[in-house]
Amino acid sequence: MPSYAIILVIVGYLSLLFAMGIWADRRSKSKWVHNPWVYALSLAVYCSAWTYYGSVGIAATSGVSFLTTYLGPVIALPLWILILKRVVLISKQYQVASIADFISLRYGNNRSIGAIVTIICVVAVLPYIALQLKAVSETFDILSESSKSTSIFTDSTFYIAVLLAVFVALFGTQTTDASRRRSGLVFTVAVESVLKLVFFLIIGVYVTFYLFDGTTDIYEQISALDGFEKLATFSNMEASINWYFMIALSFFAIFLLPRQFQVSVVENTSTNHLKKASWVFPLYLLLFNVFVIFIAWAGKLMLSSDLNPDYYTLYLPLEHGHRLLGLMVFLGGLSSVISMVVVSALALSTMISNNLIIPYGFLKVLNKSNPSSNARNIKNIRRVSIFILIIGAYFFYVNFNIQLSLFSIGLIAFVIIAQLAPAFFIGLFWNRGSAAAAKMGILAGSLVTFYTLALPFINEVFVEGSTLVSNGPFGLALLKPYQLFGLDFMPPVTHAFFWSMVFNVMFYLIFSVIKKGNYRERNYAELVVNASSYGDLQENAFVWRGEAYVSEIRKALTRFLGEKRTTRALNIFYRKYDLNPQEEKADARLVNFSEKLLTGSIGAASAKLMISSVVKEQPVTLPEVLKILEESKETITANKQLQQQSYDLKRLSDNLKEANEALVEKDRQKDEFLDTVAHELKTPTASIRAASEILADADDMPKELKQKFLENIVNDADRLAVLITNILDLEKLSSGREIMDKKEHLLKNTVSKAVDGIYQLALKKGVHIEVNEVENISMYYDEDRILQVFTNLLSNSIKFVPEGNGVIKINAVKNDKKVIMSFEDNGKGIPPEDMQYIFEKFYQSNDQNFKKPIGSGMGLAISRHIIESHNGTITVDPNFKKGARFIVELKTAGK
Amino acid sequence: MKKILIVDDEPNIVMSLEYAFQKQGYHVFIARDGSEALVIMEREHPDVVILDVMMPQVDGYETIKIIKENPAFAKARVIFLSAKSKAADIEKGLSLGADQYFTKPFSVKKLIAAVDNLIRI
Repeated sequence: MPSYAIILVIVGYLSLLFAMGIWADRRSKSKWVHNPWVYALSLAVYCSAWTYYGSVGIAATSGVSFLTTYLGPVIALPLWILILKRVVLISKQYQVASIADFISLRYGNNRSIGAIVTIICVVAVLPYIALQLKAVSETFDILSESSKSTSIFTDSTFYIAVLLAVFVALFGTQTTDASRRRSGLVFTVAVESVLKLVFFLIIGVYVTFYLFDGTTDIYEQISALDGFEKLATFSNMEASINWYFMIALSFFAIFLLPRQFQVSVVENTSTNHLKKASWVFPLYLLLFNVFVIFIAWAGKLMLSSDLNPDYYTLYLPLEHGHRLLGLMVFLGGLSSVISMVVVSALALSTMISNNLIIPYGFLKVLNKSNPSSNARNIKNIRRVSIFILIIGAYFFYVNFNIQLSLFSIGLIAFVIIAQLAPAFFIGLFWNRGSAAAAKMGILAGSLVTFYTLALPFINEVFVEGSTLVSNGPFGLALLKPYQLFGLDFMPPVTHAFFWSMVFNVMFYLIFSVIKKGNYRERNYAELVVNASSYGDLQENAFVWRGEAYVSEIRKALTRFLGEKRTTRALNIFYRKYDLNPQEEKADARLVNFSEKLLTGSIGAASAKLMISSVVKEQPVTLPEVLKILEESKETITANKQLQQQSYDLKRLSDNLKEANEALVEKDRQKDEFLDTVAHELKTPTASIRAASEILADADDMPKELKQKFLENIVNDADRLAVLITNILDLEKLSSGREIMDKKEHLLKNTVSKAVDGIYQLALKKGVHIEVNEVENISMYYDEDRILQVFTNLLSNSIKFVPEGNGVIKINAVKNDKKVIMSFEDNGKGIPPEDMQYIFEKFYQSNDQNFKKPIGSGMGLAISRHIIESHNGTITVDPNFKKGARFIVELKTAGK
Repeated sequence: MKKILIVDDEPNIVMSLEYAFQKQGYHVFIARDGSEALVIMEREHPDVVILDVMMPQVDGYETIKIIKENPAFAKARVIFLSAKSKAADIEKGLSLGADQYFTKPFSVKKLIAAVDNLIRI
């Protein structure tokens, strides 16, 4: 296949990934992107080219030991999930953006630890990236059947490396806050994980079932070969020990490799996703390894022995003329390379900028310039780091032209990374572990690793005929790099791992015990180790004493976050803790909050430096720390109780207020009622008094006039009597003291009685009363009272209908639960503005000018009380325009 | 002949007052509420107005305000005759410019005496 065609395919493939990443970035909230599957699959960034090609290689040469790299994570899975959950929680709480941030946080945001971790990671991962480039380059050459190019300008690998760097820079450095999630990137990684697995399975099926007749066929053929035993079994005790160490090594790697930390911790959007990952990820690893051994055997059986076994997956289809299948294998390998390189470069660039460049020197520069250029500067530092890393890896690959297999470089990287394990794991559970001890442990372990692994390798490359490995330095056999202190039964990698760990852990423990860390370290140690119990304390738990001004802190924040984000963040903070924004002095919570805020942008160590440059801090002793933490916990509990209490109090006082308002209102109504009663009583009294006075003095008055005055007196006296009866009636009804004497009655009879009662009156005014078929309704009610209501409604109507042609209609309808009665007339109706008041006592329509119809103004109020005492309602139909229509609803059920 | 306007919505009281004042030689006019009263005032310019407070439509307070605002009615004396008998009510009535305040029930003789007095001044 011609090179340009392959390059075109690569460019096309990368563009597709770009597009997908941009798409996912824009839809970071959609269920396609924010989803536990994406998280679980992105973890498979673990499977790099080393897995894709190298496993087959190692299976072909050393047998089943390739499995360790995958069995480690699978076996330790429950532990992995447990620890990961904790790490994720802590990281989210403190805006951790990388493994360096995390370890330096545990040791009190220690600047030098962050730097050391960064350097360890770069040293381990740079060759690892180089290895990926090597894989791309070699597979490219195999596919294009060209020989290796000598100039970098014609070397396709160089361009691929540049393309990858652009890809990372584009997706990884959109915001300065490195702890923010990059959904686009994670999504593409997840997609690539699917692709590489599917492609690998396809080639596995192709080899096993197309080239051979299934697994048994391959097994039978390979078992006939010499030396097969070695490939399929653990030959001895040493090999078994080797197995255990390798499993431990890969277990460490799954946590500590920067790319793993990036996808599993930094890019985690929800701890719930861990559940899915806990079975999807091991299943993924298992699937990936199903065909490895068969492809390796097939390669051994079918291909010539001078071909690199790492690339059997590619050679097998090509040998059989299946070029497209070869291209597919190539793309699968490219996918695993891209995801590994991209995520690693992103993680490392963040670490380099936040833990190396900014805290060591660049912070001063940032401190002087303005916020917008700071954001740009930070992004640029990361971008430059990305390019330097990838191009650096390229040159590493070109210059060292690594002779070692993919598998062994991968393992060396693992051993170097494993040096972080004691500081990480022990520090997670043992609050005594100190910063100095962590540094000493890492340094000691790294030196041992260098001596037992890198030195012989470098020595071999640069010093001709060296006897370092065979005889030891200066002939000291005890110090032979591959057989340190006479340990001679382990392969170099396991050997280096063993000794480096021994020294690392030893130094870590010894120094931690000998020398306590300072108050700040212990403070953070406590927070990380007991994260679960202090998890909800957040800013409160921050143990800090000293003096700081809000304005200074604000200035520092603005420098990195810009005016808008700073103001927004501080507003949220003030609201959360209900603090006065005018307060000049900052408290521990604000200091801690600001530090966390900055951590995302410039790393934990730099954030600490930045904040401590504007605050005056005083040391706090360990007992004090514990006391403060304990107190904070208590305060939070007490606070919650107080909050609950104050809420209860508020509710109570609201209730009281309501009750009081109701009382006041009642009082006012009572006053008004009394006023009206007084007025209503005084008016006829005044009338009687005046008439009596006149009569007493009027001997000369004509007889008829005298008669008229006397009639007036009688009417007014009657009126007074009615009034007094009504007032007492209403008072009894509204206070609920009047008990309804409910008995079973026929509604028809009651209606007839009411009509009979006002018949004379109606006749006098010429009103026609129409009772429409009141069905045979029998129900429970106080007949006298209901009669009073009906009579009141009828006499009201008679009062208002035109003389001579008035019509009153009574209707009754029964449904399953109630009887609905209506009383309508053709009078002048009720003005809409009066409708809501007519059932109030003493309300008489304003529109009654001139002759006041006889009435106390209490009839409807009394009626309402009577109907309500029967659990019914009385209303005016607002839609009836031809006159007035009252609707009475009474429940038929119950007594 | 002096003119007197009685404004009240209570027909029995109006009837008593009409008889009593006619007997005293007044020319009596009757209005059932404020708006009617103002029409009669425009036409007759009575010397004395006896004014109830609680009436439909335009009440006594409104009516006296309009009377006091109109210079044409400057010489009209106003007497409130109301069932509202609280000190605050009386104060309000007087502060609006009434010459006297009578509370119901009232003595017809005393009311006549008060009217006579006001006219003599």
